[in-house]
Parts: sequence; C-alpha cells; structure tokens
Amino acid sequence: MTETTLTHIGQTEPRPVGWQGIAADWSSDQRAFKNVSWGKAMMWIFLLSDTFIFGCFLLSYMTARMSTRVPWPNPSEVFALHIGGSNIPLILIAIMTFVLISSSGTMAMAVNFGYRRDRRKTAILMLLTAVLGATFVGMQAFEWTKLITEGVRPWGNPWGAAQFGSSFFMITGFHGTHVTIGVIFLIIVARKVWRGDYDIGRPGFFTSRKGRYENVEIMGLYWHFVDLVWVFIFAFFYLW
Amino acid sequence: MAEATANGLGQHALHAAHEAPAAAVAHAEVHQEHPIRLYLVVWAWLFILSACSYMVDYFGIHGYLRWSLILIFMMLKAGLIVAVFMHMAWERLALTYAIILPPVLVLVFVAMMVFESDYTLLTRMTFFGAGS
Repeated sequence: MTETTLTHIGQTEPRPVGWQGIAADWSSDQRAFKNVSWGKAMMWIFLLSDTFIFGCFLLSYMTARMSTRVPWPNPSEVFALHIGGSNIPLILIAIMTFVLISSSGTMAMAVNFGYRRDRRKTAILMLLTAVLGATFVGMQAFEWTKLITEGVRPWGNPWGAAQFGSSFFMITGFHGTHVTIGVIFLIIVARKVWRGDYDIGRPGFFTSRKGRYENVEIMGLYWHFVDLVWVFIFAFFYLW
Repeated sequence: MAEATANGLGQHALHAAHEAPAAAVAHAEVHQEHPIRLYLVVWAWLFILSACSYMVDYFGIHGYLRWSLILIFMMLKAGLIVAVFMHMAWERLALTYAIILPPVLVLVFVAMMVFESDYTLLTRMTFFGAGS
C-alpha cells in the first residue's frame, strides 16, 4: 500500500498556467512535480547533473584551447579517413553521428510501442537501439586505435597543442562510457519487456518493486541524453 | 502537432478519481503517446541538420559564418531531441523550467573561463615568449 502511494501519480487539480502555475506548483507545500512520477523526475535530475559534468569537460577544453600559444590541431584533418585514394574529412565522425541519431529514433519508437503494450516491437526496437549503440562504441574504439597508433597521447601529439590529446580522450572517453552503460541498461530493460515483467507486475531484482512501461520511457530519457551530449561534442570538438 | 496526451489523461484521471477512487491509481499514469509519424519526421530533420553541419566542414567554410552555422544547427538538433524525443514539450512547466534553466547558467561559467583563459594566454606570452 505504501508502495502505491509512493509510486502513483496523484490526480492533478486544475492549477494556474504559465509562471503563476510554476510558482503555485513549487510553493504548494506538496510535491513540486505534480503529474510526473518520481522515477522520471529523478532521471531528469540525474541528467541535469550529468549536463554539468559534460559542461565542465567542454569548458575545460575551451579554456585549454583558448589559452594555448601553440596552434590547435585541425580536427578536420586529424579525423579524416583515407578512402578510395582521397582524404575525406571527418567521415567516420559523421557516420557515428548518423548511427547515434538513428538509435535515438528507434528508442523513441520503442517508448511509443511500450505504451501501446506491444511487447514484441518494443523489445526488438530496444535491442536494435542497443546494436546501434554498440556499433557506435566499436567505431569509437577504431578511432581511438587509429589516433593512438598515429602518436596521440594525453601529454602530446605530432600536430600541435599538447592539450588536444587529453581533451579528446577525456571527453570522448567519458561519452563512450555513457553509451556503453546505456547499451547494458537497454539490454536489461529489453529483457524485462520481452518477459512481460511490466504486464504482470513482476518485482524488480534489486528494488523488489513492480516496474511499469514508464520504465521504458525513463530508459529512453537516458539514451536520448547520450545522443544530446554527442550533438554538443560534435559541434564543439570536431567541427569548431 | 500531437496534442499533449499527458494533459488529456490527467483530466481523465480527475474524472476517475471522482467516480472510483480505488481505480484512479491504475488510471493516473501519465502517458507520453504521440503518433509514430512525428518521430519519423523529427528523425529525418535530425539527419538533415547533421548533414548540414557536416557540409559546413566539408566545404571548408571558415570564420564567423562557420561558427554561427555550427551553433545554429547544434541548437536546432538539441532542441528537437529535448522537445520531442525526450517529451519535454508536453511536460509540466514546473519540471521543464527546473531542468532547462540551470544549464543556461553554465553560460556565466563560460564567460568567466573566457576571461581566465585570455589572462592565462597573456601570462604565457609574457613569461615564455613566442617560442614553443
């Protein structure tokens, strides 16, 4: 009984709109996020804290790049691939971007089918998302290997400012870790959907609480965030 | 555009609460259900915008035009992902502002670090000369 009172989303009273509504929600001496479940609200707050972490990484990269007297290596050339006798700039990064965007698309559709109680399609789309995510990590591993064999180290590289290596490994490494964790998370939730855990209300392994199809959406929030971070890394690190 | 199903269900839950309080718990779950078409359209736009930002590099556009184009495409992509894929467009404003406003404050940090790195650069030029 206590479980339901904690988990369920209470009925929402009619409240004022706009800024007055925000003030009313926050000053109501009750829960501030009226029709948002705690699971979702907490995922959003976690993502907010993660935003600050990546924000700090990108900021330290900006500071390093702005304060070095040595020219910054040209990412367009560094990340070029030699295909068919000519150098194509940034081609691997572009493909990685498309792969990650596609995985976001399949994830969004998985959430949709989850709410329609279509277990099969939800699980398949989530596994497809996981496969695309794993592909992304694989391509990143290829990129790291290529750069390391070319002599990029956290303390130096053959083309210019020494901070290039440390910024690159730090930012893309942390992002790659997020993608890897996301893939594991996806496989776990996909298995639960496939088994029908959310239909029969089977208690979770660690929490012993009944999962709902909203868990798929919460999982999706994390995955879209990983894609979102890549948008910023792509713009600031690779294109700038 | 797909209207907020969340609000519709909220109303539904309100009615259910009056009729049968016990059943309200089961019905109160807020759904984020929108037509698949919407996701496909956004997906296509994300592809187009990514291709555009790649083209900026491919054609070697430089200077302020490059930077402003990169930023425009970046913000459009980020906006689409947050608003549609993450359903922020249909969430309650109290949550939206709680999540969207704090990252904006990072811009203050950016301004601070711009001054800081300018100072570092100046110091390096003064004490280490023009070499290395």
